[in-house]
Amino acid sequence: MRPFAYLRPTTLDQTIAALSDPSAKPYLLAGGTDLIVRLRRGHLRPTIVIDTKRIRDLHDEIVAVDGGLRIGAGVTMTSIMRDARVRQHFEALVESASVVGSVQIRNRATLVGNICNASPAADTVPALLVYNAVANVVGPAGARSVPLSEFFSGPGRTVLTRGEILESVDLPFPKQPVGAAFGRITRRRGVDLATINLCGLIDGDGAARFAFGAVAPTPFLATDNSGALVANGTDLSARAAALRALFSRSRPITDVRGSQEYRNAMLEVMTDRTWQVAAGRLRSRLETGSA
Amino acid sequence: MSAGDVTVHMQVNGRSFALEIPPHHTLLDVLRDTVRLTGTKECCAEGECGACTVLVNGQAVCSCLVLAVEMDGREITTIEGLASGGQLDPLQEAFVATGAVQCGFCIPGMIMAARQLLALNPYPSRAEIQEALVGNLCRCGGYSRILDAVARAAASQR
Repeated sequence: MRPFAYLRPTTLDQTIAALSDPSAKPYLLAGGTDLIVRLRRGHLRPTIVIDTKRIRDLHDEIVAVDGGLRIGAGVTMTSIMRDARVRQHFEALVESASVVGSVQIRNRATLVGNICNASPAADTVPALLVYNAVANVVGPAGARSVPLSEFFSGPGRTVLTRGEILESVDLPFPKQPVGAAFGRITRRRGVDLATINLCGLIDGDGAARFAFGAVAPTPFLATDNSGALVANGTDLSARAAALRALFSRSRPITDVRGSQEYRNAMLEVMTDRTWQVAAGRLRSRLETGSA
Repeated sequence: MSAGDVTVHMQVNGRSFALEIPPHHTLLDVLRDTVRLTGTKECCAEGECGACTVLVNGQAVCSCLVLAVEMDGREITTIEGLASGGQLDPLQEAFVATGAVQCGFCIPGMIMAARQLLALNPYPSRAEIQEALVGNLCRCGGYSRILDAVARAAASQR
């Protein structure tokens, strides 16, 4: 690894100032599970690495806020998986966090880092998109909130500008019972990146939100309010057409993890399978009367 | 010490160290080359194989994906820290008794990952053991006996 300077700020102001220094080439370090691999390969050559883990006002907790949960920048995948509130309200997010890397990776990797790394294949992003996540950004010009659906601008690129930090992510509780499910295709079960991944969510009115990863330059969200995807629907051809329309924006490429043709074929299979799981979950939730 | 080195206070297997560390050195580098504990192995150096697994404040991590300077104030346990008073850890006993060790290179990482599992879950199912070790590769392919060994250690701890 090439040498770099190391800064461990304790306040956001120090961090923003260091990130904004025009003479430096800084990178933020949270869990490091993506960053350190790229430092070692020489893909990134920062002059300074800024460790976010001791910033006092950048918390590593999941806190209740009005109508939802706020996930701080330091929260790891392991913490997401163990949190009872996340498990109750955002089960597809738990499913997606549970397949990131391995135990060792999940103990370090943060949810916010997964977002900021901006991989088209980021496993937790489809779930965050269907749950209407909002990114809370702070920077030299103050704070702003960005819907996660508007956060990504390309592979590895986000709308963050120089000096800005993704401070936390807000997840609003669903306003009515929903069923949601995460799905993905990998070549092997552990420690693999997704060939495709997706998350589907439907509510009692049949409104559906699906998000897809690894099939376009950024993860993307699509919605259907036609009613064709209602949980107890019986019109199979209408459902198939509605599901196909959801991923019509996909533009998969061929790479080491799969061919374009395979990804297209799996989109069809996995979208239906994910709808089945989400619909089943919604039906059982409505039957037992629990939100 | 050269310009840019950072003073790091950390505990390794219960011993306190104050080290001057260049920021680009990983925890794995420092454990092996500075602290001279070579039980922790370097293999893939990108978080895929688990051979470098150690515990940081009780949590299994890949030491190749951690900068040593991040470890200020942390407690690290390596494979050398498991045995105490001449007595092997139940996992080490079980790996020996089960014949789970072939070439041995992956074993320190396997045992450290299993150590976290048994600390959190004294009654793991076979599937839970597999999931806990999903980030640890054995190039001899000796997985069955490794899983047997973890199950045996879990039983012996109860």
